[in-house]
Amino acid sequence: MPGLTLFEKLWDAHVVHVEADGTTLLYIDRHLVHEVTSPQAFEGLKLAHRTPRRTDAAIAVPDHNVPTTDRSQGIADPISRLQVETLDANCAEFGITEFRMDDVRQGIVHVIGPEEGLTLPGMTVVCGDSHTSTHGAFGALAFGIGTSEVEHVLATQCLWQKPSKTMLVKVEGELGKGVTAKDIALAIIGEIGTAGGTGYALEFGGSAIRALTMEGRMTLCNMAIEAGARAGMVAVDRTTIDYVKGRPYSPRGAAWDQAVAWWNTLHSDADAVFDRVVELDAAKIEPQVTWGTSPEMVTTVGGRVPDPAKAPSEVKRHDWTRALEYMGLAAGTPIAEIPVDKVFIGSCTNSRIEDLREAAAVAKGRKVAPNVKLAMVVPGSGLVKQQAEAEGLDTIFVEAGFEWREPGCSMCLAMNADRLEPGERCASTSNRNFEGRQGQGGRTHLVSPAMAAAAACAGHFVDVRKF
Amino acid sequence: MQAFTTLDGLVVPLDRANVDTDAIIPKQFLKSIKRAGFGPNLFDEWRYLDHGEPGMDPATRRPNPEFVLNFPRYKGASVLLARDNFGCGSSREHAPWALEDYGIRAIIAPSYADIFYNNCFKNGILPIVLDAAVVDRLFRECEASEGYQLKVDLDKQTVTTPGGEVLKFDVDGGRKHRLLNGLDDIGLTLLQADKIKAYEERRKLEAPWLFNA
Repeated sequence: MPGLTLFEKLWDAHVVHVEADGTTLLYIDRHLVHEVTSPQAFEGLKLAHRTPRRTDAAIAVPDHNVPTTDRSQGIADPISRLQVETLDANCAEFGITEFRMDDVRQGIVHVIGPEEGLTLPGMTVVCGDSHTSTHGAFGALAFGIGTSEVEHVLATQCLWQKPSKTMLVKVEGELGKGVTAKDIALAIIGEIGTAGGTGYALEFGGSAIRALTMEGRMTLCNMAIEAGARAGMVAVDRTTIDYVKGRPYSPRGAAWDQAVAWWNTLHSDADAVFDRVVELDAAKIEPQVTWGTSPEMVTTVGGRVPDPAKAPSEVKRHDWTRALEYMGLAAGTPIAEIPVDKVFIGSCTNSRIEDLREAAAVAKGRKVAPNVKLAMVVPGSGLVKQQAEAEGLDTIFVEAGFEWREPGCSMCLAMNADRLEPGERCASTSNRNFEGRQGQGGRTHLVSPAMAAAAACAGHFVDVRKF
Repeated sequence: MQAFTTLDGLVVPLDRANVDTDAIIPKQFLKSIKRAGFGPNLFDEWRYLDHGEPGMDPATRRPNPEFVLNFPRYKGASVLLARDNFGCGSSREHAPWALEDYGIRAIIAPSYADIFYNNCFKNGILPIVLDAAVVDRLFRECEASEGYQLKVDLDKQTVTTPGGEVLKFDVDGGRKHRLLNGLDDIGLTLLQADKIKAYEERRKLEAPWLFNA
């Protein structure tokens, strides 16, 4: 019998009950809750006179609606304010721990989970947010769920699931200088497409992945959903365990030793069989820039906007034509000649301390170009912000002409006041370049933090390796 | 949840691949704390020429006459014909809520994003997968013939065209059972309460750090 994949090990450890057809009741260890996808779930509980099964497994934080400017006056938009107040009230009523807007630990749900040690190897982690795949970086099985399932997890601590197929994405070799986890993620999506991972749990492996820091692995797993996979994961190794150690919610003492003994088994066995294997050569990956309205519409910074006439299928030709029209781009335009109006450095993909360091290293001693109307840096959490300020990164950004903001999801999806105006073009470190994602009519190009900082200073996309 | 058994419905064709949940229901409407009322804002940015915000009266909006949902011939459609990877992107259940509130009860596409597909079953919507070539043909038939209707039978797992052609589709047995009967998942799960408790007792010994109340 062949060995087990990491996915299979995580799955097996959480099986509560299996129906005759293989549908499985899976136990959930950690439930992250935010204000957008939870109000209807709490309402459902109340209507059915139910209570959460395990309040200690849940943790809540407002992130999507929070302002990134001065918060002393609260949230100006009354509808956003009501949603955050509803979360506060629900958490108070049901006894769920919440990091409120004025708590230094508040931040993007996918940043604070790992930061606090709420996300641990071997866990099943869910949240009413598709980017929950982020937490798979810890050798956890983590995936996004809808609001009905948020209610289900609150009430039962379980979910009905069927096992996913497994895909190993193997990235071997050494990344070039200036090439980051974000570029690996976009290169993978460019390779397999936004539906390439549908039905699969992805495991990222190979020497280039082993060499990534935890923050790089989080960036990579975060984008698994943009390849269509609900879950992305990386095996536990020394890097994982070193990161987890000593965090506020991490185990201590004897429990720590017991945990580490199990965590050290959380990797795919050498003879494990995957349903699909995709291989990439790390040395060939270059800084990536998306040109369209789907993350798979991506090329290298040295590339050009493609010609729809050369699309591989009729459906794609139609999509590319539509995308170029929306993006206001002509086929054949060199990526490096595309000017930007705004720059957004932040989101659950790229708002951690290493991301900010990378961006600051580029911004240091430079100025935001005059044609750039707004360049903003939004740290992923209050603690990331504090750390960045302790390192003087805020000063570097502010001196270069960037705005230094309060933590939250911000212009990744523009539910708060931060957004693009129609026709504005943005270099963004977020995860989705969908039509209207950053504001109606807004045009998003996804890039790494270093590439975003370089675009801000050059006023157009530029190869950060030569900048 | 409302049950889904059979449907004989007008079909509206949405000829785009990778339709994401941001397009199905834009973010500004996600600020609602209710489950109902999203229908008027389904596909808001494509459906209207003016910018939509929560609380606007749909009667005062400027519909986009070029968007397929606004064609008079598709008024009252309950079957949405779509392309590959429908519902990709965010996990927002507001997407199926908006479709359902608008009146869509079945979707036919070659493929769906996983989370969206799952969310449909929790809201009385049947997402049907048919072969891409078959879907392509349905698009042509639908566009060629005004008043094009399809009959969907979940129990028999069939879609019947106006010409009498019967197309079979697959659906997971458990999901089918729950949808046919409009069953509440939580109620079913709580029948396994003893097993959940037993699992927790075992895990408290194996992995006590997971229970750190």
